[in-house]
Amino acid sequence: MSNVILSMRGITKQYRMGDEMQTVLRGIDLDVEQGEFVAVLGPSGSGKSTLMNIIGCLDTPTSGSYILHGRDVGSLDEEELSSVRNKEIGFIFQSFQLLQRQNAMQNVELPLVYSGMHTHDRTQRAKQMLERVGLSDKLYHYPNQLSGGQQQRVAIARALANHPTILLADEPTGALDQQTGKQVMSLFHDLNEDGNTIIMITHDIGIARHAKRIVRILDGNLTEGVAEDA
Amino acid sequence: MLKECLRMSWQNIKGNKMRTFLTTLGIIIGVTAIITLITTVEGATNEITSQFTALGAGKVNVSVSGTPLKRGLTEDDIQRISRIDNISGVDPSVSFKQHVASEGTLCEDVSIEGRSAAYFTDAGLIGKGRGLTEMDMDRYSHVCVIDTELNANLFPNEDPIGKELVISGISYRIVGMLSDENDNDVMRAMSLMTGGNSGGLAIIPYPSALRITGSNSVNSLTLYIQDTAFTDDTISDVEEVLNAAFNYRDNAWQIINLDSLLDTMNTMTGMMTTMLAGIASIALLVGGIGIMNMMLVSVSERTTEIGLRKALGAKPSLIQTQFLIESVMLSLMGGLIGIVLGIILSMLIAGWIGMTFTLSTGAIALAFTFSATVGILFGWAPARKASRLNPIDALRSM
Repeated sequence: MSNVILSMRGITKQYRMGDEMQTVLRGIDLDVEQGEFVAVLGPSGSGKSTLMNIIGCLDTPTSGSYILHGRDVGSLDEEELSSVRNKEIGFIFQSFQLLQRQNAMQNVELPLVYSGMHTHDRTQRAKQMLERVGLSDKLYHYPNQLSGGQQQRVAIARALANHPTILLADEPTGALDQQTGKQVMSLFHDLNEDGNTIIMITHDIGIARHAKRIVRILDGNLTEGVAEDA
Repeated sequence: MLKECLRMSWQNIKGNKMRTFLTTLGIIIGVTAIITLITTVEGATNEITSQFTALGAGKVNVSVSGTPLKRGLTEDDIQRISRIDNISGVDPSVSFKQHVASEGTLCEDVSIEGRSAAYFTDAGLIGKGRGLTEMDMDRYSHVCVIDTELNANLFPNEDPIGKELVISGISYRIVGMLSDENDNDVMRAMSLMTGGNSGGLAIIPYPSALRITGSNSVNSLTLYIQDTAFTDDTISDVEEVLNAAFNYRDNAWQIINLDSLLDTMNTMTGMMTTMLAGIASIALLVGGIGIMNMMLVSVSERTTEIGLRKALGAKPSLIQTQFLIESVMLSLMGGLIGIVLGIILSMLIAGWIGMTFTLSTGAIALAFTFSATVGILFGWAPARKASRLNPIDALRSM
């Protein structure tokens, strides 16, 4: 495999639930190449959220190795993980997670602030990103002045801002109606065409079909599936 | 990065105006109280001190009530006292009330004081003309110095110098007038304080005054101390002379040393300031707890936001800094408002009780550091709590 940017080997995750240990992930192996569009499909309780947290460096695995962009993420401390999240991962959440008191521009600028970019460049970049998701006329709107679809576009622009290695989307259409959901999906397609690597977590097979590759997760085990088979 | 922290903190403070106001109210009240109390007490102390200093720095007053056999100090006694080391001048005084007349105007109830030349050595005592001199004493000169009040009573809007004043049938030429501000005689100030106002004052050479009273003893003496560091020693020397003069009788005389009185008073006001500041500090403490409470509420309210910020790459240290900045901002805002209110309030009080307003920089520095410390101290725990939030839990709690 040539351009592998994410490589997981034998990832397990255990939680202590009262007296007993609960195993959520049982040895996940996953490789993602540059420019892929992968859907992780699984019902609730399958461990997909835990997997997403580990991919997104929000959580660390109990065992196994996770190499992201050539770096062993497992050995990093809290401050270093912050910087990895900032530069390598672009999060897109089900409920958008925009700051209500900040306008679209300010929301998109947030990860740029944390990466220490200067004000001028930041404004430039944020504007660029919002144009990319088709919101050039809504730069200074506040989240409550935007529709759900538009809010998710702002969130996508924010995820793109630092040119991350991976766009990590958690049920990106979960809070949207079907029509808007489709629009967001077609935006994902376009972004993937532009060369962005996308990993999308979903329980909805209909949404998962938009991806080029589907992996299924069930009871903490990952199995490769193909979009056409599903 | 710091600028962004400041901006974000400010945005959050601005976004909750009512809450911000109520939270900072504790600090505002505390700081206002501290500034007002300290400034007012300090101002009053300075006022009293300067008055006292004008009245009696380097002066000791001897007040003699005498014994049935000896009514006051004789010329010999005075000579003996004036020979004591460290006494630069002795100013005996005789005072009584009498009506005076001038150019056909009669003025009742005028205080007549017999004074020595030493009395006029104080700078600023004389407003116009000259004081009385040794020569006036020796020659029993018929000259006098009057105060502005008597001047106003007798010769409104006229220059009194050179005019004649009749006291007990003898005509005295007015050679000088006391200045208005520098009334520095303790006894007179005290009698004014107790409400014993007079129709004015005329000062004549004390030998002349003794002649008028027909007595040959003096009941009031002001001693001028050369080196105030040895005032106590000098006083015991004086006590010896007085004891000898009055045959060791109790209550025949009394020595009033204003310096020691001043010391006592300074200690007292110092204690009072400390106590008041202590009480006001309690208000600040309560205000600090208010800020801590609001910060804790703010952290739990913004759990999701904190989680999101962390997911987007905010380092824990940065989150902590942001919340710390926010609480320091809150308390400093309260502090600044408190300082302004405190200054205004103490100015009003100063105007109201009629003393000069002096800005106490110490109090301001104290209030400022105190409120900043309160912000850091009480913001630290909530900020730490925020920085330690797990981003997953935080994001899930939406």
